[in-house]
Amino acid sequence: MSETAKTTRNPAGEPAESGVPDAAEEFVRQIDGHKTATRPSAAQDVTLPSLGFIGMLRWAWTQLTSMRTALFLLLLLAVAAVPGSLFPQRPANPAVVTQYIQDNPATGPWLDRFQLFDVYSSVWFSAIYLLLFISLIGCVIPRAIQHWKAMRSQPPRTPRRLSRLPEYGALALDTGSPVTAVTAVENAARLLKRRGYRVEVRGTDTSMPSVGAERGFLKELGNLVFHVSLIGVLVSVAVGGLFGYRGQKVIVEGDSFVNTLVGYDNFSPGTNFSETQLAPFSLQLDKFQVQFDRESKTHYGQPLDFTATMTTKDGPDAAPRPQTLKVNEPLEIGGTQVYLVGNGYAPVITVRDGDGNIAHQGPVVSVPSDGAYTSTMVLKVPDAKPEQLGFVGLFLPTALENEKGVAFGSDPDPFNPRLYLNSYAGNLGLDKGDPKNVYVLDTTKLKVLNDRTQKSGGIVLGPKETFTLPDGLGTITFDGLKRYVALDITSDPGQGGALLFSTLALAGLCASLFIGRRRVWVRAGTHPDGRTMVEWALLARGEDHRLAAEATAIRKLLEKEWLARPDRPADNSKKAGAASSGTKNS
Amino acid sequence: MPSIDETLGQYSELFILLAAMTFTVALISFCWDLATASKTLQAVEDRLARQQAPAEAALVGAGARNGAAAGAGSTASAETGLETAGDSLDYGGRRRPAARIGVALAALGTLILAAGVISRGIAAHRVPWGNMYEFCTTGALVVSVVFLLALTRKDLRFLGSFVIGLVVIMLCAAAIGFPTPVAHLVPALQSYWLIIHVSVAVISSSLFTLTFAMSVLQLLQSHREARSRAGQPDRLGFMRLVPTALTLENVAYRINAVSFVLWTFTLMAGAIWAEKAWGRYWGWDTKEVWTFVIWVVYAGYLHARATRGWTGTRAAWLSIVGYLCVVFNFTVVNVFFSGLHSYSGLN
Repeated sequence: MSETAKTTRNPAGEPAESGVPDAAEEFVRQIDGHKTATRPSAAQDVTLPSLGFIGMLRWAWTQLTSMRTALFLLLLLAVAAVPGSLFPQRPANPAVVTQYIQDNPATGPWLDRFQLFDVYSSVWFSAIYLLLFISLIGCVIPRAIQHWKAMRSQPPRTPRRLSRLPEYGALALDTGSPVTAVTAVENAARLLKRRGYRVEVRGTDTSMPSVGAERGFLKELGNLVFHVSLIGVLVSVAVGGLFGYRGQKVIVEGDSFVNTLVGYDNFSPGTNFSETQLAPFSLQLDKFQVQFDRESKTHYGQPLDFTATMTTKDGPDAAPRPQTLKVNEPLEIGGTQVYLVGNGYAPVITVRDGDGNIAHQGPVVSVPSDGAYTSTMVLKVPDAKPEQLGFVGLFLPTALENEKGVAFGSDPDPFNPRLYLNSYAGNLGLDKGDPKNVYVLDTTKLKVLNDRTQKSGGIVLGPKETFTLPDGLGTITFDGLKRYVALDITSDPGQGGALLFSTLALAGLCASLFIGRRRVWVRAGTHPDGRTMVEWALLARGEDHRLAAEATAIRKLLEKEWLARPDRPADNSKKAGAASSGTKNS
Repeated sequence: MPSIDETLGQYSELFILLAAMTFTVALISFCWDLATASKTLQAVEDRLARQQAPAEAALVGAGARNGAAAGAGSTASAETGLETAGDSLDYGGRRRPAARIGVALAALGTLILAAGVISRGIAAHRVPWGNMYEFCTTGALVVSVVFLLALTRKDLRFLGSFVIGLVVIMLCAAAIGFPTPVAHLVPALQSYWLIIHVSVAVISSSLFTLTFAMSVLQLLQSHREARSRAGQPDRLGFMRLVPTALTLENVAYRINAVSFVLWTFTLMAGAIWAEKAWGRYWGWDTKEVWTFVIWVVYAGYLHARATRGWTGTRAAWLSIVGYLCVVFNFTVVNVFFSGLHSYSGLN
């Protein structure tokens, strides 16, 4: 392997070992996959202006498609991807970005200006990968053309001095052997062909016939497939971004959802999305079961299983189907996937206003913030009269109090459910029709009715308990408890393409890294003393540490072919030894 | 869900501690091997040098000492006279008792570690790679098994102190940094993709660990070769047991090529799992970002090997940077960055 290694190691230097000018040149070209960066010499620099615009373009193209540039862009891409893990990203979590900018008024806006919160759609990141892909295309096309030609052409001519190639072997057949130089070459060609080589027998009319053989065209093909597939992956991602959509929906037990735009809590369409793409399915959450670890001392209360029992319908008139949704087991309905991404408690609450009418009745979604499902809750009651009412606080499934009387959640299961709420009265700001976050209530302009600092105290409610608000503004009742699931509903038409192309890329990568592209030449001649002399040599194109093993295998094949022929006396041990063979470098 | 066998889990932890101790002694043996090899050779050379004419010894320096010191398994470069291990990486040459003890202890440690890892899997009724502690211990097991398997074919004992050193670090990190009692998996991890994605990631990382050690040695060796060419004295005597920088580079390249394919598969399997679990195959989660960065760095490494002026030392640096990214991705990203991959098992 040392020989190949040396030639491979320094393609710019002289692959002196090969000693074959054409092979060596081609070798260097192949190794330097991308076009060799031809930097104009100083003399050319002087005459450059005459090249004009086209010349400049050509020069720029050569630079862009050079291996050096590709490598530089590749490393730049790695560096450019890093900030996306250091700063919060808008596509993943817009609220955190807003908070970050508020918390860092000095640096935040500047970071935003440089698109550090949208790294992967930023101008600079896009510029890097687009340049990289252009460079890749500029590299792949000429290589594909070259490979197409290579696949259709005959193996290269037999070098004059085989002994100077990295792997060389020779053997001499006994004088009595019926194998002439021509039959020897033909035999070798047959053996090599069976070994997967493409062969050409040449010079059968001369005294030194030879066979040229080459194999491993899949190596370069794999390389090309790999790079083209990367373009395919990029296109698939783009297709997903154009025609896909992604929406979120929270469903409380007993409630249902119809796949229409108004049905979503949150919806991010692709650039070319149209509402007609929404499959007309509907689903209902019948039951949601949660199982927590009750055996482990160290992981007590850790979730073990989430199972949502649903009833789905493919369309308004379709028959309802019972289906189970779990984490890692999405539902597939009409080309759309439904994922279980979150869950929590929705206490059922009834609010009666000052006039004694029911102003709110039903489950209120609370947002869990820790493993014990300590959940924050906001309830806005705009229908309450004479004044609108608002409630903000915590829901604890299993509430305990510490020595100071502060309540805390101690278990995710509802063993002792409690609501801890503050109440407010006043204009909730919902009447103007502006969209407002249902999980946030701005209490700065509201009158405080109940909280810890007031004489009236905070509201603490157990199941079936009712609290009467001060000033005769109404009552609040904790009727019961339901669970809810948070669903992600997505459609990504590019997904299949991405999988296909990445699989192709992997296959191409394996072919390009593990297949050896090799050339073998076998030449035969007749010694003045009548013996048939055979010599052969191997040359690898690209890195190939198995070349020596291949040389050994070929030697064995040839020896087996000629030294154990049925028409020869088998007991002639001298003859096996007479094949005076010598190898270099093995 | 079957109950966790906590007693077996505690035995598993004991096994792993015991393995860590065994590996520590193996590490000492390997270091001893490097040190004594360097020292005994030095003594032989000094004696040789004294026998020769002082002037000549001073003039030819490293060049004079070759045959006597160099065993069958090592070579002395004709050009510089610098002695290194043979390029074939075959066994042979001088006896190295300390290295033999090191290999034996490493094998013993691997057996104990395997017992620890397997018993943890049995205790939990699942594959033992669901949190940082388990990644570390399983990763250490894979590293040591791969190293021992490689040793059966080639004499890579020169890597012993580095590789076993990393194994010891991983086991200490597991036992001290990320101790996690055996438990069930959270629902997000209950998928057969855990078996596929994480196991391939661990194997790939283990191979990167080997090539990292080789690349570091390659840099040291090429530094040593450069000094030798400049006629300066050899200060890194223990590097005599290590093959030439070129050999190291080629072997590291072969392993990195395999590992890059595995890493590509890790990335793809992760994407498929992400699609199943989170509804998108790629979302630039911090872990995904770093997995991508690692992939790009090693892709850069493979390209560098085919770019003029980027082979040798620069490629080795890329391999090292890639491995540092792997370590960063495993430690800092898991522990300090928030993201969907927050399964470290740490609070």
